[in-house]
Amino acid sequence: MKGDCEGCKKPATIHLTEIFGGKKVEKHYCEGCPKLAGDALAAKSHTPINELLSNFVLQHSGAVRDAGTSCEACGITWAEFKQTGLLGCEHDYTVFERELNLVIQRAHEGAQHHVGKVPARRAAGAIVPKKKVDLARLRRDLAKAIEAEDYERAAKLRDQIRQAEG
Amino acid sequence: MKLSDFTTRSGEWLRGMGPHSEVVISSRIRLARNVSGERFCSKLDRARRADLEKRIRLAILAAELAPSMLYADLTQSVELERQLLVERHLISKPHAASEDPRGVAVSGDEQISIMVLEEDHLRIQVLRSGLQLDEAWEQISAVDDKLDDSLEFAFSKRLGYLTACPTNVGTGIRVSVMLHLPALKLTGDIEKVFRAAKDLKLAVRGLYGEGTEATGDFYQVSNQVTLGKVEEDIISDFRHTIIPRIVEFEQMARRTLLNERTHFLDDKVHRAVGLLRSARILTSEEVLFLLSHVRLGANLGRVRDVDVGLINELFLNTQQSHLQKVLGKRLDTEPRRIARAEYVRKKLGSAD
Repeated sequence: MKGDCEGCKKPATIHLTEIFGGKKVEKHYCEGCPKLAGDALAAKSHTPINELLSNFVLQHSGAVRDAGTSCEACGITWAEFKQTGLLGCEHDYTVFERELNLVIQRAHEGAQHHVGKVPARRAAGAIVPKKKVDLARLRRDLAKAIEAEDYERAAKLRDQIRQAEG
Repeated sequence: MKLSDFTTRSGEWLRGMGPHSEVVISSRIRLARNVSGERFCSKLDRARRADLEKRIRLAILAAELAPSMLYADLTQSVELERQLLVERHLISKPHAASEDPRGVAVSGDEQISIMVLEEDHLRIQVLRSGLQLDEAWEQISAVDDKLDDSLEFAFSKRLGYLTACPTNVGTGIRVSVMLHLPALKLTGDIEKVFRAAKDLKLAVRGLYGEGTEATGDFYQVSNQVTLGKVEEDIISDFRHTIIPRIVEFEQMARRTLLNERTHFLDDKVHRAVGLLRSARILTSEEVLFLLSHVRLGANLGRVRDVDVGLINELFLNTQQSHLQKVLGKRLDTEPRRIARAEYVRKKLGSAD
Protein backbone atom coordinates (compact mmCIF):
# COMPACT_ATOMS: atom_id res chain seq x y z
CA MET A 1 0.00 0.00 0.00
CA LYS A 2 1.27 3.42 -0.92
CA GLY A 3 0.08 5.36 2.11
CA ASP A 4 -2.98 7.30 3.20
CA CYS A 5 -5.30 9.70 1.38
CA GLU A 6 -4.13 13.35 1.23
CA GLY A 7 -7.60 14.50 2.18
CA CYS A 8 -9.07 12.21 4.82
CA LYS A 9 -6.29 9.76 5.79
CA LYS A 10 -8.26 6.69 4.70
CA PRO A 11 -6.24 4.05 2.81
CA ALA A 12 -5.42 5.53 -0.61
CA THR A 13 -6.49 3.77 -3.81
CA ILE A 14 -5.67 6.50 -6.34
CA HIS A 15 -2.07 7.54 -6.90
CA LEU A 16 -1.08 10.57 -8.94
CA THR A 17 2.36 11.61 -10.04
CA GLU A 18 2.73 15.29 -10.83
CA ILE A 19 5.79 17.02 -12.14
CA PHE A 20 6.38 20.55 -10.84
CA GLY A 21 9.40 22.36 -12.24
CA GLY A 22 11.20 19.09 -12.92
CA LYS A 23 10.45 17.71 -9.44
CA LYS A 24 8.30 14.59 -9.14
CA VAL A 25 5.56 14.78 -6.51
CA GLU A 26 3.47 11.73 -5.63
CA LYS A 27 -0.01 12.22 -4.24
CA HIS A 28 -2.41 9.65 -2.82
CA TYR A 29 -6.18 9.78 -2.48
CA CYS A 30 -9.09 7.50 -1.63
CA GLU A 31 -11.85 7.08 -4.25
CA GLY A 32 -14.34 9.94 -4.29
CA CYS A 33 -12.32 12.13 -1.91
CA PRO A 34 -13.33 15.80 -2.39
CA LYS A 35 -9.67 16.80 -2.14
CA LEU A 36 -8.91 14.72 -5.23
CA ALA A 37 -11.58 16.51 -7.27
CA GLY A 38 -10.30 19.90 -6.14
CA ASP A 39 -6.64 19.15 -6.82
CA ALA A 40 -7.41 17.60 -10.18
CA LEU A 41 -9.43 20.65 -11.21
CA ALA A 42 -6.70 23.03 -10.15
CA ALA A 43 -4.16 21.06 -12.12
CA LYS A 44 -6.25 20.74 -15.26
CA SER A 45 -7.84 24.16 -15.56
CA HIS A 46 -6.99 25.92 -18.79
CA THR A 47 -3.94 23.93 -19.67
CA PRO A 48 -4.17 24.83 -23.37
CA ILE A 49 -4.41 28.59 -22.87
CA ASN A 50 -1.74 28.51 -20.19
CA GLU A 51 0.57 26.69 -22.57
CA LEU A 52 -0.15 29.24 -25.26
CA LEU A 53 0.56 32.08 -22.93
CA SER A 54 3.71 30.74 -21.40
CA ASN A 55 5.29 29.11 -24.42
CA PHE A 56 4.48 31.62 -27.06
CA VAL A 57 3.42 35.02 -25.87
CA LEU A 58 6.13 35.31 -23.26
CA GLN A 59 8.75 34.78 -25.94
CA HIS A 60 7.27 37.74 -27.75
CA SER A 61 7.02 39.87 -24.66
CA GLY A 62 8.42 42.85 -26.57
CA ALA A 63 4.88 43.28 -27.83
CA VAL A 64 3.46 43.41 -24.32
CA ARG A 65 3.14 46.85 -22.78
CA ASP A 66 3.87 47.51 -19.14
CA ALA A 67 1.93 45.25 -16.84
CA GLY A 68 0.16 48.16 -15.14
CA THR A 69 -2.39 48.80 -17.90
CA SER A 70 -5.82 47.75 -16.74
CA CYS A 71 -9.29 47.70 -18.28
CA GLU A 72 -11.45 50.56 -17.01
CA ALA A 73 -14.61 48.48 -17.18
CA CYS A 74 -13.51 45.40 -15.23
CA GLY A 75 -10.11 46.29 -13.76
CA ILE A 76 -8.23 43.31 -15.15
CA THR A 77 -4.52 43.62 -15.97
CA TRP A 78 -2.62 41.64 -18.58
CA ALA A 79 -0.64 39.98 -15.78
CA GLU A 80 -3.89 38.83 -14.18
CA PHE A 81 -5.15 37.42 -17.47
CA LYS A 82 -1.89 35.55 -17.97
CA GLN A 83 -2.39 33.90 -14.63
CA THR A 84 -6.01 32.77 -15.05
CA GLY A 85 -6.39 32.56 -18.85
CA LEU A 86 -9.76 34.27 -18.48
CA LEU A 87 -10.74 37.79 -19.51
CA GLY A 88 -12.88 40.02 -17.29
CA CYS A 89 -15.23 41.62 -19.82
CA GLU A 90 -15.91 42.15 -23.52
CA HIS A 91 -13.91 45.42 -23.56
CA ASP A 92 -10.68 43.55 -22.79
CA TYR A 93 -10.60 42.50 -26.42
CA THR A 94 -10.10 46.19 -27.31
CA VAL A 95 -7.92 47.19 -24.35
CA PHE A 96 -5.46 44.33 -24.90
CA GLU A 97 -5.98 44.01 -28.64
CA ARG A 98 -2.31 43.93 -29.53
CA GLU A 99 -1.34 41.31 -26.97
CA LEU A 100 -4.43 39.19 -27.58
CA ASN A 101 -3.86 39.12 -31.33
CA LEU A 102 -0.83 36.90 -30.77
CA VAL A 103 -2.75 34.54 -28.51
CA ILE A 104 -5.73 34.43 -30.84
CA GLN A 105 -3.74 33.81 -34.00
CA ARG A 106 -1.79 31.09 -32.27
CA ALA A 107 -4.93 29.36 -30.99
CA HIS A 108 -6.84 29.62 -34.26
CA GLU A 109 -4.29 28.70 -36.91
CA GLY A 110 -3.50 32.29 -37.80
CA ALA A 111 -7.13 33.43 -38.15
CA GLN A 112 -7.88 37.02 -37.13
CA HIS A 113 -11.42 37.52 -38.41
CA HIS A 114 -14.75 36.00 -37.59
CA VAL A 115 -16.48 34.67 -40.70
CA GLY A 116 -19.28 32.69 -39.08
CA LYS A 117 -22.72 33.40 -37.76
CA VAL A 118 -23.78 36.99 -37.10
CA PRO A 119 -26.61 37.58 -34.58
CA ALA A 120 -29.87 38.00 -36.52
CA ARG A 121 -30.51 41.21 -34.58
CA ARG A 122 -27.29 42.73 -35.95
CA ALA A 123 -27.74 41.49 -39.46
CA ALA A 124 -31.27 42.92 -39.56
CA GLY A 125 -30.19 46.23 -38.04
CA ALA A 126 -27.35 46.79 -40.48
CA ILE A 127 -27.84 49.59 -42.99
CA VAL A 128 -27.05 47.35 -45.94
CA PRO A 129 -27.72 43.80 -44.75
CA LYS A 130 -26.21 42.22 -47.88
CA LYS A 131 -22.87 43.85 -47.12
CA LYS A 132 -22.45 41.54 -44.11
CA VAL A 133 -22.75 38.46 -46.21
CA ASP A 134 -20.30 39.79 -48.80
CA LEU A 135 -17.82 40.72 -46.10
CA ALA A 136 -17.96 37.21 -44.71
CA ARG A 137 -17.34 35.78 -48.15
CA LEU A 138 -14.45 38.20 -48.77
CA ARG A 139 -12.82 37.09 -45.53
CA ARG A 140 -13.22 33.44 -46.42
CA ASP A 141 -11.68 34.10 -49.82
CA LEU A 142 -8.87 35.97 -48.13
CA ALA A 143 -8.16 33.05 -45.82
CA LYS A 144 -8.12 30.71 -48.81
CA ALA A 145 -5.83 33.01 -50.78
CA ILE A 146 -3.37 33.17 -47.89
CA GLU A 147 -3.49 29.43 -47.52
CA ALA A 148 -2.75 29.06 -51.23
CA GLU A 149 0.03 31.63 -50.85
CA ASP A 150 -1.61 33.78 -53.53
CA TYR A 151 -0.52 37.06 -51.98
CA GLU A 152 -1.47 39.26 -54.92
CA ARG A 153 -5.08 38.14 -54.63
CA ALA A 154 -4.86 38.34 -50.83
CA ALA A 155 -3.75 41.99 -50.99
CA LYS A 156 -6.65 42.84 -53.31
CA LEU A 157 -9.12 41.07 -51.05
CA ARG A 158 -7.73 42.80 -48.00
CA ASP A 159 -8.23 46.21 -49.65
CA GLN A 160 -11.78 45.24 -50.57
CA ILE A 161 -12.47 44.18 -46.98
CA ARG A 162 -11.07 47.45 -45.59
CA GLN A 163 -13.26 49.38 -47.98
CA ALA A 164 -16.35 47.36 -47.10
CA GLU A 165 -15.70 47.78 -43.37
CA GLY A 166 -15.65 51.55 -43.93
CA MET B 1 -40.39 17.74 -13.61
CA LYS B 2 -37.57 17.60 -11.05
CA LEU B 3 -33.86 16.87 -11.35
CA SER B 4 -34.37 13.51 -9.70
CA ASP B 5 -36.85 12.39 -12.39
CA PHE B 6 -34.05 12.08 -14.92
CA THR B 7 -32.74 8.75 -13.66
CA THR B 8 -35.89 6.92 -14.59
CA ARG B 9 -35.07 7.34 -18.28
CA SER B 10 -31.90 6.67 -20.21
CA GLY B 11 -30.08 9.86 -21.18
CA GLU B 12 -30.08 11.08 -24.76
CA TRP B 13 -26.34 10.49 -25.11
CA LEU B 14 -26.62 6.77 -24.36
CA ARG B 15 -29.88 5.97 -26.07
CA GLY B 16 -27.82 3.96 -28.56
CA MET B 17 -29.91 5.07 -31.51
CA GLY B 18 -29.26 7.15 -34.58
CA PRO B 19 -26.95 6.82 -37.58
CA HIS B 20 -23.70 4.81 -37.08
CA SER B 21 -24.75 4.10 -33.49
CA GLU B 22 -22.59 0.96 -33.30
CA VAL B 23 -19.57 3.31 -33.17
CA VAL B 24 -20.93 6.85 -32.78
CA ILE B 25 -22.53 7.21 -29.35
CA SER B 26 -23.58 10.84 -29.55
CA SER B 27 -23.17 14.18 -31.31
CA ARG B 28 -22.86 17.36 -29.33
CA ILE B 29 -22.58 21.03 -30.21
CA ARG B 30 -22.07 23.74 -27.65
CA LEU B 31 -22.00 27.51 -28.07
CA ALA B 32 -20.25 29.88 -25.65
CA ARG B 33 -22.18 33.15 -25.24
CA ASN B 34 -21.97 36.18 -22.97
CA VAL B 35 -24.51 38.89 -22.26
CA SER B 36 -23.33 42.23 -23.65
CA GLY B 37 -22.77 44.95 -21.05
CA GLU B 38 -22.12 42.51 -18.19
CA ARG B 39 -18.68 41.51 -16.93
CA PHE B 40 -17.53 37.98 -17.62
CA CYS B 41 -17.97 35.47 -14.80
CA SER B 42 -14.51 35.73 -13.20
CA LYS B 43 -15.03 39.48 -12.58
CA LEU B 44 -18.58 39.32 -11.21
CA ASP B 45 -19.02 39.75 -7.47
CA ARG B 46 -21.56 37.52 -5.75
CA ALA B 47 -24.43 40.04 -5.82
CA ARG B 48 -24.03 40.88 -9.51
CA ARG B 49 -23.66 37.21 -10.27
CA ALA B 50 -26.94 36.45 -8.53
CA ASP B 51 -28.68 39.28 -10.46
CA LEU B 52 -27.33 38.06 -13.79
CA GLU B 53 -28.26 34.45 -13.02
CA LYS B 54 -31.84 35.61 -12.45
CA ARG B 55 -31.89 37.71 -15.62
CA ILE B 56 -30.66 34.79 -17.75
CA ARG B 57 -33.03 32.35 -16.01
CA LEU B 58 -36.04 34.53 -16.81
CA ALA B 59 -34.90 34.93 -20.43
CA ILE B 60 -34.52 31.16 -20.84
CA LEU B 61 -37.89 30.40 -19.31
CA ALA B 62 -39.61 33.09 -21.43
CA ALA B 63 -38.01 31.95 -24.69
CA GLU B 64 -40.06 28.73 -25.05
CA LEU B 65 -37.07 26.74 -26.23
CA ALA B 66 -38.74 23.35 -25.81
CA PRO B 67 -42.18 21.94 -24.86
CA SER B 68 -40.87 21.37 -21.34
CA MET B 69 -37.89 23.13 -19.86
CA LEU B 70 -36.57 22.53 -16.36
CA TYR B 71 -34.45 25.19 -14.70
CA ALA B 72 -32.43 24.34 -11.62
CA ASP B 73 -30.69 26.82 -9.35
CA LEU B 74 -27.61 24.74 -8.54
CA THR B 75 -26.95 26.52 -5.24
CA GLN B 76 -30.20 24.87 -4.07
CA SER B 77 -29.27 21.36 -5.27
CA VAL B 78 -27.55 18.54 -3.41
CA GLU B 79 -24.25 17.05 -4.56
CA LEU B 80 -25.79 13.75 -5.67
CA GLU B 81 -28.16 15.58 -8.05
CA ARG B 82 -25.32 17.61 -9.54
CA GLN B 83 -23.28 14.45 -9.97
CA LEU B 84 -26.22 12.84 -11.81
CA LEU B 85 -26.22 15.75 -14.24
CA VAL B 86 -22.48 15.27 -14.83
CA GLU B 87 -22.95 11.56 -15.47
CA ARG B 88 -25.70 12.41 -17.97
CA HIS B 89 -23.42 14.92 -19.73
CA LEU B 90 -25.71 17.84 -18.96
CA ILE B 91 -23.26 19.88 -16.88
CA SER B 92 -19.46 19.95 -16.55
CA LYS B 93 -17.51 18.81 -13.50
CA PRO B 94 -16.40 22.37 -12.62
CA HIS B 95 -20.02 23.57 -12.86
CA ALA B 96 -21.07 20.83 -10.42
CA ALA B 97 -18.22 21.62 -8.02
CA SER B 98 -18.58 25.44 -7.96
CA GLU B 99 -20.22 27.22 -5.02
CA ASP B 100 -21.14 30.46 -6.80
CA PRO B 101 -24.65 31.44 -7.96
CA ARG B 102 -25.24 29.43 -11.14
CA GLY B 103 -27.86 27.31 -12.82
CA VAL B 104 -28.74 24.85 -15.52
CA ALA B 105 -31.68 24.56 -17.89
CA VAL B 106 -32.55 21.16 -19.38
CA SER B 107 -35.25 20.30 -21.89
CA GLY B 108 -37.53 17.36 -21.11
CA ASP B 109 -35.91 15.16 -23.76
CA GLU B 110 -32.43 16.21 -22.49
CA GLN B 111 -31.39 17.29 -25.98
CA ILE B 112 -31.02 20.95 -25.00
CA SER B 113 -29.14 22.03 -21.91
CA ILE B 114 -27.80 25.43 -20.92
CA MET B 115 -25.20 25.97 -18.22
CA VAL B 116 -25.70 29.41 -16.74
CA LEU B 117 -22.63 31.25 -15.36
CA GLU B 118 -20.04 28.55 -15.94
CA GLU B 119 -16.89 29.88 -17.63
CA ASP B 120 -19.10 31.96 -19.93
CA HIS B 121 -22.51 33.42 -19.05
CA LEU B 122 -24.18 30.76 -21.18
CA ARG B 123 -22.92 27.45 -22.46
CA ILE B 124 -25.70 26.24 -24.74
CA GLN B 125 -25.56 22.55 -25.62
CA VAL B 126 -27.49 20.28 -27.94
CA LEU B 127 -26.84 16.56 -27.52
CA ARG B 128 -28.25 13.90 -29.84
CA SER B 129 -27.79 10.15 -30.20
CA GLY B 130 -25.64 8.82 -33.01
CA LEU B 131 -24.22 11.01 -35.75
CA GLN B 132 -26.70 13.90 -36.02
CA LEU B 133 -24.58 17.02 -36.29
CA ASP B 134 -26.60 18.86 -38.96
CA GLU B 135 -29.76 18.39 -36.90
CA ALA B 136 -27.93 19.51 -33.76
CA TRP B 137 -26.66 22.67 -35.47
CA GLU B 138 -30.09 23.61 -36.78
CA GLN B 139 -31.54 23.11 -33.31
CA ILE B 140 -28.85 24.99 -31.38
CA SER B 141 -28.73 27.90 -33.81
CA ALA B 142 -32.48 28.45 -33.28
CA VAL B 143 -32.01 28.37 -29.48
CA ASP B 144 -29.14 30.84 -29.85
CA ASP B 145 -31.31 33.23 -31.92
CA LYS B 146 -34.18 33.15 -29.45
CA LEU B 147 -31.92 33.89 -26.48
CA ASP B 148 -30.05 36.63 -28.34
CA ASP B 149 -33.37 38.39 -28.91
CA SER B 150 -33.75 39.10 -25.21
CA LEU B 151 -30.17 38.90 -23.88
CA GLU B 152 -28.11 40.50 -26.71
CA PHE B 153 -24.87 38.57 -26.75
CA ALA B 154 -21.46 40.25 -26.76
CA PHE B 155 -20.32 40.33 -30.38
CA SER B 156 -17.66 42.19 -32.32
CA LYS B 157 -17.57 42.70 -36.05
CA ARG B 158 -13.97 41.52 -36.29
CA LEU B 159 -13.81 38.79 -33.64
CA GLY B 160 -17.38 37.50 -33.58
CA TYR B 161 -18.84 36.22 -30.30
CA LEU B 162 -16.67 37.39 -27.41
CA THR B 163 -15.85 34.71 -24.85
CA ALA B 164 -14.14 34.66 -21.46
CA CYS B 165 -11.28 32.60 -22.89
CA PRO B 166 -9.82 33.75 -26.23
CA THR B 167 -9.51 30.12 -27.35
CA ASN B 168 -13.30 30.10 -27.84
CA VAL B 169 -13.69 33.48 -29.53
CA GLY B 170 -15.40 33.83 -32.93
CA THR B 171 -18.06 31.20 -33.36
CA GLY B 172 -17.81 30.02 -29.74
CA ILE B 173 -18.58 26.58 -31.12
CA ARG B 174 -17.37 23.23 -29.94
CA VAL B 175 -18.43 20.22 -31.94
CA SER B 176 -17.84 16.95 -30.05
CA VAL B 177 -18.58 13.45 -31.20
CA MET B 178 -18.45 10.63 -28.67
CA LEU B 179 -17.09 7.43 -30.19
CA HIS B 180 -16.84 3.87 -28.91
CA LEU B 181 -13.55 2.47 -30.23
CA PRO B 182 -12.90 -0.85 -28.47
CA ALA B 183 -11.44 -2.65 -31.50
CA LEU B 184 -8.89 0.09 -32.22
CA LYS B 185 -7.89 -0.09 -28.57
CA LEU B 186 -7.47 -3.88 -28.74
CA THR B 187 -5.42 -3.75 -31.95
CA GLY B 188 -3.34 -0.84 -30.68
CA ASP B 189 -4.20 1.31 -33.70
CA ILE B 190 -5.91 3.92 -31.50
CA GLU B 191 -2.57 5.76 -31.32
CA LYS B 192 -2.87 6.49 -35.04
CA VAL B 193 -6.23 8.17 -34.42
CA PHE B 194 -4.63 10.36 -31.72
CA ARG B 195 -1.82 11.37 -34.05
CA ALA B 196 -4.13 12.16 -36.97
CA ALA B 197 -6.42 14.16 -34.68
CA LYS B 198 -3.50 16.20 -33.40
CA ASP B 199 -2.41 17.03 -36.95
CA LEU B 200 -5.95 18.24 -37.69
CA LYS B 201 -5.91 20.38 -34.53
CA LEU B 202 -8.67 18.28 -32.96
CA ALA B 203 -8.82 17.36 -29.30
CA VAL B 204 -9.41 13.77 -28.18
CA ARG B 205 -10.73 13.49 -24.64
CA GLY B 206 -12.21 10.91 -22.33
CA LEU B 207 -15.75 10.16 -21.24
CA TYR B 208 -16.41 13.35 -19.28
CA GLY B 209 -14.48 15.88 -21.37
CA GLU B 210 -11.52 18.02 -20.46
CA GLY B 211 -8.98 16.24 -18.28
CA THR B 212 -10.74 12.88 -18.04
CA GLU B 213 -9.56 9.40 -18.91
CA ALA B 214 -10.89 7.43 -21.83
CA THR B 215 -12.65 4.84 -19.67
CA GLY B 216 -14.72 2.17 -21.36
CA ASP B 217 -13.02 2.93 -24.71
CA PHE B 218 -15.16 6.06 -25.12
CA TYR B 219 -13.43 8.94 -26.87
CA GLN B 220 -14.69 12.46 -27.53
CA VAL B 221 -13.30 14.10 -30.65
CA SER B 222 -13.77 17.87 -30.84
CA ASN B 223 -12.62 20.96 -32.70
CA GLN B 224 -10.35 23.52 -31.08
CA VAL B 225 -10.24 26.26 -33.71
CA THR B 226 -13.29 28.54 -33.38
CA LEU B 227 -12.21 31.61 -35.35
CA GLY B 228 -11.84 32.09 -39.12
CA LYS B 229 -14.17 29.24 -40.02
CA VAL B 230 -17.88 29.13 -40.71
CA GLU B 231 -19.89 26.90 -38.36
CA GLU B 232 -21.31 24.86 -41.23
CA ASP B 233 -17.80 24.15 -42.55
CA ILE B 234 -16.55 22.99 -39.15
CA ILE B 235 -19.56 20.68 -38.86
CA SER B 236 -19.25 19.47 -42.43
CA ASP B 237 -15.62 18.43 -41.81
CA PHE B 238 -16.78 16.26 -38.90
CA ARG B 239 -19.83 14.94 -40.70
CA HIS B 240 -18.24 14.08 -44.04
CA THR B 241 -14.54 13.53 -43.34
CA ILE B 242 -13.30 13.14 -39.78
CA ILE B 243 -15.98 10.93 -38.25
CA PRO B 244 -16.65 8.65 -41.25
CA ARG B 245 -12.89 7.95 -41.44
CA ILE B 246 -12.57 7.05 -37.78
CA VAL B 247 -15.75 4.93 -37.99
CA GLU B 248 -14.38 3.08 -41.02
CA PHE B 249 -11.05 2.57 -39.25
CA GLU B 250 -12.84 1.09 -36.22
CA GLN B 251 -15.01 -1.12 -38.46
CA MET B 252 -11.87 -2.36 -40.20
CA ALA B 253 -10.29 -3.23 -36.85
CA ARG B 254 -13.50 -5.04 -35.86
CA ARG B 255 -13.47 -7.06 -39.10
CA THR B 256 -9.80 -7.94 -38.57
CA LEU B 257 -10.53 -9.17 -35.05
CA LEU B 258 -13.57 -11.09 -36.25
CA ASN B 259 -11.92 -12.78 -39.24
CA GLU B 260 -8.30 -13.18 -38.20
CA ARG B 261 -8.27 -13.18 -34.40
CA THR B 262 -11.60 -14.80 -33.59
CA HIS B 263 -10.39 -16.65 -30.48
CA PHE B 264 -8.72 -13.53 -29.11
CA LEU B 265 -11.92 -11.52 -29.67
CA ASP B 266 -14.22 -14.18 -28.21
CA ASP B 267 -11.94 -14.61 -25.23
CA LYS B 268 -12.05 -10.88 -24.42
CA VAL B 269 -15.81 -10.71 -24.90
CA HIS B 270 -16.73 -13.82 -22.94
CA ARG B 271 -14.29 -13.12 -20.12
CA ALA B 272 -16.06 -9.77 -19.75
CA VAL B 273 -19.50 -11.42 -19.74
CA GLY B 274 -18.27 -14.03 -17.25
CA LEU B 275 -16.78 -11.49 -14.88
CA LEU B 276 -19.86 -9.28 -14.95
CA ARG B 277 -22.07 -12.29 -14.19
CA SER B 278 -19.82 -13.58 -11.41
CA ALA B 279 -17.99 -10.71 -9.71
CA ARG B 280 -18.98 -9.79 -6.16
CA ILE B 281 -17.12 -6.46 -6.02
CA LEU B 282 -16.96 -4.05 -8.97
CA THR B 283 -15.54 -0.53 -9.35
CA SER B 284 -17.23 1.81 -11.82
CA GLU B 285 -14.08 1.85 -13.90
CA GLU B 286 -13.92 -1.95 -14.15
CA VAL B 287 -17.58 -2.11 -15.16
CA LEU B 288 -16.99 0.39 -17.97
CA PHE B 289 -14.00 -1.61 -19.17
CA LEU B 290 -15.92 -4.91 -19.15
CA LEU B 291 -19.13 -3.47 -20.63
CA SER B 292 -17.09 -2.04 -23.46
CA HIS B 293 -15.98 -5.53 -24.50
CA VAL B 294 -19.51 -6.89 -24.11
CA ARG B 295 -20.86 -4.08 -26.30
CA LEU B 296 -18.26 -4.92 -28.95
CA GLY B 297 -19.25 -8.60 -28.75
CA ALA B 298 -22.95 -7.78 -29.03
CA ASN B 299 -22.35 -5.51 -32.04
CA LEU B 300 -20.41 -8.28 -33.78
CA GLY B 301 -22.95 -10.97 -32.93
CA ARG B 302 -20.55 -12.86 -30.62
CA VAL B 303 -22.87 -12.51 -27.61
CA ARG B 304 -26.46 -13.29 -28.43
CA ASP B 305 -28.20 -13.23 -25.07
CA VAL B 306 -27.26 -9.67 -24.04
CA ASP B 307 -29.24 -6.80 -25.52
CA VAL B 308 -27.33 -3.65 -26.61
CA GLY B 309 -30.04 -1.52 -25.00
CA LEU B 310 -29.37 -3.22 -21.67
CA ILE B 311 -25.62 -2.66 -22.04
CA ASN B 312 -26.20 1.06 -22.65
CA GLU B 313 -28.47 1.19 -19.60
CA LEU B 314 -25.78 -0.46 -17.49
CA PHE B 315 -23.11 1.98 -18.71
CA LEU B 316 -25.13 4.77 -17.12
CA ASN B 317 -26.73 3.12 -14.11
CA THR B 318 -23.50 1.65 -12.74
CA GLN B 319 -21.93 5.13 -12.49
CA GLN B 320 -21.44 6.29 -8.92
CA SER B 321 -24.42 8.64 -8.56
CA HIS B 322 -26.83 6.81 -10.84
CA LEU B 323 -26.29 3.58 -8.94
CA GLN B 324 -27.15 5.24 -5.64
CA LYS B 325 -30.18 6.89 -7.22
CA VAL B 326 -31.41 3.65 -8.81
CA LEU B 327 -30.96 1.73 -5.55
CA GLY B 328 -32.50 4.59 -3.60
CA LYS B 329 -29.80 4.85 -0.95
CA ARG B 330 -26.49 6.51 -0.20
CA LEU B 331 -23.57 4.10 -0.11
CA ASP B 332 -19.90 4.43 0.84
CA THR B 333 -17.20 3.17 -1.50
CA GLU B 334 -16.98 -0.47 -0.38
CA PRO B 335 -20.72 -1.22 0.01
CA ARG B 336 -21.24 0.61 -3.29
CA ARG B 337 -18.88 -1.75 -5.12
CA ILE B 338 -20.68 -4.74 -3.66
CA ALA B 339 -24.08 -3.27 -4.56
CA ARG B 340 -22.83 -2.50 -8.06
CA ALA B 341 -21.76 -6.11 -8.63
CA GLU B 342 -25.11 -7.30 -7.28
CA TYR B 343 -27.02 -4.93 -9.56
CA VAL B 344 -25.05 -6.04 -12.64
CA ARG B 345 -25.58 -9.74 -11.81
CA LYS B 346 -29.29 -9.15 -11.42
CA LYS B 347 -29.53 -7.32 -14.75
CA LEU B 348 -27.34 -9.69 -16.79
CA GLY B 349 -28.37 -12.93 -15.09
CA SER B 350 -26.06 -14.33 -12.42
CA ALA B 351 -23.65 -17.13 -13.40
CA ASP B 352 -24.77 -19.28 -10.47
